[in-house]
Amino acid sequence: MRSFRSPRSTRQWMAPVLALTIVLVAAACGSDDTTTSTATTNATEAVPPPTFAPGTTMANIQAKGKLVVGIKYDQPGVGLRNPTNNSFEGFDIDIAELMAVGIFGGTPDSLGNKIEFVEAVSANREPFLQNGNVDIVVARYTINDTRKQQVDFAGPYLLAHQDVLVLESDNSIKSVTDLNGKKVCSVQGSTSEKNVIAKAPQAELLSFDTYSKCAEALTDGRVVAVTTDGPILAGFVSTSGGAFKVVNAPFTDEPYGIGLKKGDDAFRTFLNDRLEKIEADGEWAAAFEATLGKLSLALPEPPPIDRYGAIGELNATTTSTPGATTSTTAATTTTVP
Amino acid sequence: MDIVLDNLGGYTEAAWITVELTLLSFAAAFVIGVLIAAFRVSPVVPLRTFAVVWVETFRNTPVIVLMFLFVFGLTKVGVRYSFFVSAVIVLAVYTSTFVAETVRSGINSVAKGQTEAGRALGLTFGQLLGVVVMPQALRTVVAPLGSVFIALIKNSSIAGAFAVLDLTGFYQRLYTETEQPIPAFLGAAVAYLILALPSGWAVGVIERRVAIKR
Repeated sequence: MRSFRSPRSTRQWMAPVLALTIVLVAAACGSDDTTTSTATTNATEAVPPPTFAPGTTMANIQAKGKLVVGIKYDQPGVGLRNPTNNSFEGFDIDIAELMAVGIFGGTPDSLGNKIEFVEAVSANREPFLQNGNVDIVVARYTINDTRKQQVDFAGPYLLAHQDVLVLESDNSIKSVTDLNGKKVCSVQGSTSEKNVIAKAPQAELLSFDTYSKCAEALTDGRVVAVTTDGPILAGFVSTSGGAFKVVNAPFTDEPYGIGLKKGDDAFRTFLNDRLEKIEADGEWAAAFEATLGKLSLALPEPPPIDRYGAIGELNATTTSTPGATTSTTAATTTTVP
Repeated sequence: MDIVLDNLGGYTEAAWITVELTLLSFAAAFVIGVLIAAFRVSPVVPLRTFAVVWVETFRNTPVIVLMFLFVFGLTKVGVRYSFFVSAVIVLAVYTSTFVAETVRSGINSVAKGQTEAGRALGLTFGQLLGVVVMPQALRTVVAPLGSVFIALIKNSSIAGAFAVLDLTGFYQRLYTETEQPIPAFLGAAVAYLILALPSGWAVGVIERRVAIKR
């Protein structure tokens, strides 16, 4: 009835397993060390870091020696952790690095461990900023009024549009309204999900926690379409090897902003200035070409920076501050075609 | 917290899906688990091996990996169920390993004299297990099985990540529509608590009812 195993035999096979584990762990640590040290040697840079007024977020980050950025891990072209070498790539990543360069000086390549990326899934973005887990969020974070009540936004640094992804062979879907009555995939906690509920109320919406599951579901025919922002869909088209196509019927405006803690106006002004600078000197366009441009997306004009309710503007319109703030906001976020 | 109060109906509906998921998969897990435990102690070597492989494979794989493989992997070879049924099957298989190990510990706790007495009476292995050992074993493991059940209530949230509108799926959707993650999450946490607490009490009642009076 009872199986009985002598404890010694267990120990006999435990020993080599344990030894192997130790060797593997040591090897892993060793390789880690080498990468870090090369990164640090590269970080020696001639360009001096800028100086900031003490007490500002920029000065604090500089003193801390690290900018912590919340990004997406699973969105090709936008924010992706490359599973083969754990490097980060995408337009969001490049923008975040250019922001870090504004704080620490040097170049994106010389940042080394002065920038740390943390995965911020859609639902985590506001809590991460409010609790200070991250300094900024650059995670295809659409600026809207509901979110502005909880966090602040610099930017927008990109104007994207929500679109529909279908199988290459599918010609039945021409616009978002064709999704009514069909099974559509989107991701929990995204504005994409919210938008498709609004534009195609009869669509049967299946929600997953990641876009990769949506792509699988589309391949398997469990859904007929995936809907989210154009850049992400373009990423899936490029990785699908021609199995998917974008319908190219954009139906929303998605201004992507850099999320930061609510009320930190000095930091927001700094980020906006920095964005304007990289847009003016071509670094913005270079970042686009190196990431989204490779997904055969045409280089757009950078969207105008929205310095809503900034300190300067507030002083100018002291009589009706709240009204002024909301009207600025509304003007920039309700330009849906 | 208004968004929770405004959506009590939605929460109730979603909680019901969670209850269905949990009860269906627990029923299946219980049957499979008891069978696997019986295999594990049987004199037939292939059955014992099968039970060991079953337990070690599914107990040591994260449930999200099992779910992904089942939902998207098996589709590639033509096996396809709805997301709800897929979740029930995966949760049943996963939980069955914990049931099996729990029941096996109960079997091991039955005094050796019982088995020996049974054998002396000429009972076959099946009779011995079914009439003498298993009834005593199950009575001693009511409390740990209760823990397995409560763990299952929470594990069922995996379905929410695979297009099932259970409590987890629902609070995600609610968060999407309202952009207020914390209240939506808290509402779900309270709902899970409301489901799990009575389960704990029920386990206590059952345990007292079936306990062997010595």
